[in-house]
Amino acid sequence: MPAAAQRPEHSQPPVLALEGIHKTFGGVVALQSFDLEIEAGEVVALVGDNGAGKSTVVKIIAGMLHPTSGRLRLDGADITFADPSESQARGIQVVYQDLALADGQPVYMNMFLGRERVIGPLRRLDRRGMIAETAELVQALDVRIPSVRARVRDLSGGQRQGVAIARATHWARKLVLMDEPTAALGVAETARVEANIRSLKERNLAILLISHSLDQVFRLSDRICVLRRGVQVGVRRTNATSNNEIVSMITGLS
Amino acid sequence: MLSALRATEPAKYVIYVGFLAIFALFAVALRDSGFLTTANLLNIIQQTTSVTVMAVATVFVLTVGEIDLSIGSVVAIAALVAAVTMREFPWPLGVLAGLAAGVAIGFVNGALVAYVRLPSFLVTLATMGLLAGVARSLTNLQSVPVEDDVFNALFGSAALLGIPSLVLWSVAAVGIGHFVFRETRFGAHVHATGDNAGAARAGGVKVERIRLACLVVSSTCAALAGLLYAGRLHGARYTLGETDLLTVIAAVIVGGTRLSGGAGSVPGALIGSLLMGMLNNGLILMGLSVSDQMIVRGFIILAAVALTLRDRTR
Repeated sequence: MPAAAQRPEHSQPPVLALEGIHKTFGGVVALQSFDLEIEAGEVVALVGDNGAGKSTVVKIIAGMLHPTSGRLRLDGADITFADPSESQARGIQVVYQDLALADGQPVYMNMFLGRERVIGPLRRLDRRGMIAETAELVQALDVRIPSVRARVRDLSGGQRQGVAIARATHWARKLVLMDEPTAALGVAETARVEANIRSLKERNLAILLISHSLDQVFRLSDRICVLRRGVQVGVRRTNATSNNEIVSMITGLS
Repeated sequence: MLSALRATEPAKYVIYVGFLAIFALFAVALRDSGFLTTANLLNIIQQTTSVTVMAVATVFVLTVGEIDLSIGSVVAIAALVAAVTMREFPWPLGVLAGLAAGVAIGFVNGALVAYVRLPSFLVTLATMGLLAGVARSLTNLQSVPVEDDVFNALFGSAALLGIPSLVLWSVAAVGIGHFVFRETRFGAHVHATGDNAGAARAGGVKVERIRLACLVVSSTCAALAGLLYAGRLHGARYTLGETDLLTVIAAVIVGGTRLSGGAGSVPGALIGSLLMGMLNNGLILMGLSVSDQMIVRGFIILAAVALTLRDRTR
């Protein structure tokens, strides 16, 4: 197995490996020859300007988009995701930039969206069970919402993000993809989300974090991967690089 | 939280209050014309059965964020197909053939909407016209009598324990529809897809399949509505269902289903449908001319829609 041979310090293959991923939309190249490995318990930050291809990477891993060419490996095994339900079934969760919550539905139905629990021979929705479990979860994660029965529409931006992260935390078994999880949040809410990310890392989940805040990237990540106009400029260990180096990689100016 | 309750709850119940108000008005104004007799009230329910069945299905279609304009034409096609089949074959085959026509049309509508990604408004507008033509050519504008007594009893005039079968059909449609809409994963996925299809897809909901299913349900229920007309009238004709589309949509919207998707109510649709039937009945009993009936009904629907939608922000 060549991937393992290149990484003699690990006996386990990486949780996720992307190899030579290309993605074109019509004639436009969104991503070319992208390679990245993410280990369990590791936070990898993906940075780059708008349109650099960051969200494309996330959507390909989640199964929302299919790579034009290239391979995905999960725990060392080749894999393709036909749609997001397949990536979720393999323990991958995404916190999307635009939240991906159904605004008109209550918090607990969003928490179980696509995985609603049913009981009895008629397979009725187990609303009581879902409400109880959601209440427990939001309390454990310190997401302060008026009620798990509240509709998402009636929550603040921070509360919505809390719900989205709680959902990802609840269902992720291997990997959490976070696309700008704190872009719309205030200082206190951002701190809470960062604490959540650290606790995911402690649970030995792999995390791919997209963020425009380099401060945040340096606070949270183990490695930083830089994209510029669909091209992977490089990957650096966070403790062996500097803000200036990353900025010049992002902008292409030295 | 409280303000949210105040903003949404009155709109939810306005239909029930309005229904009772109009009911009370008719009960008083028409107390000498037989409005309140059991026979007349059962008559209202039986005359609205087909609309009720279609309204239940339309709650699903509107909630998933689509619309089905072809239901009126499907009514005529299914009724004619069933009636023609029953000329030669036993009635169960007629029922199956009628329902199969509905399922097939629903699959075509649904596939074009869900997988070819054409807007349902335009797809079903086209199939509405196309199928109206097919219904006319199917029997050369001739009506087809249905002489099978079992069919006419089951889908028309029979009664179980004194309850007319058309009333039972309404109860079954509303009961099953409400359960599926509120209590099943399918219902939850219909809500989520109509609310935010992207979020539903990201959550693993097979959005296309849900849209297809809703249009198949709609067309199949319209076919059932056609059978119920054929059973009540002992025959089929291309004009069946011709004027039902707008009645169904008015009933569903007045009943609290959002035209833009994501929220709906099956019991509300039932009340909306009964309201439409009650208006018809009451205005006739009042002795209004047909043109006056249309005008008054238009105003009442307008008022009901205005009251229902006023408090909704989206």
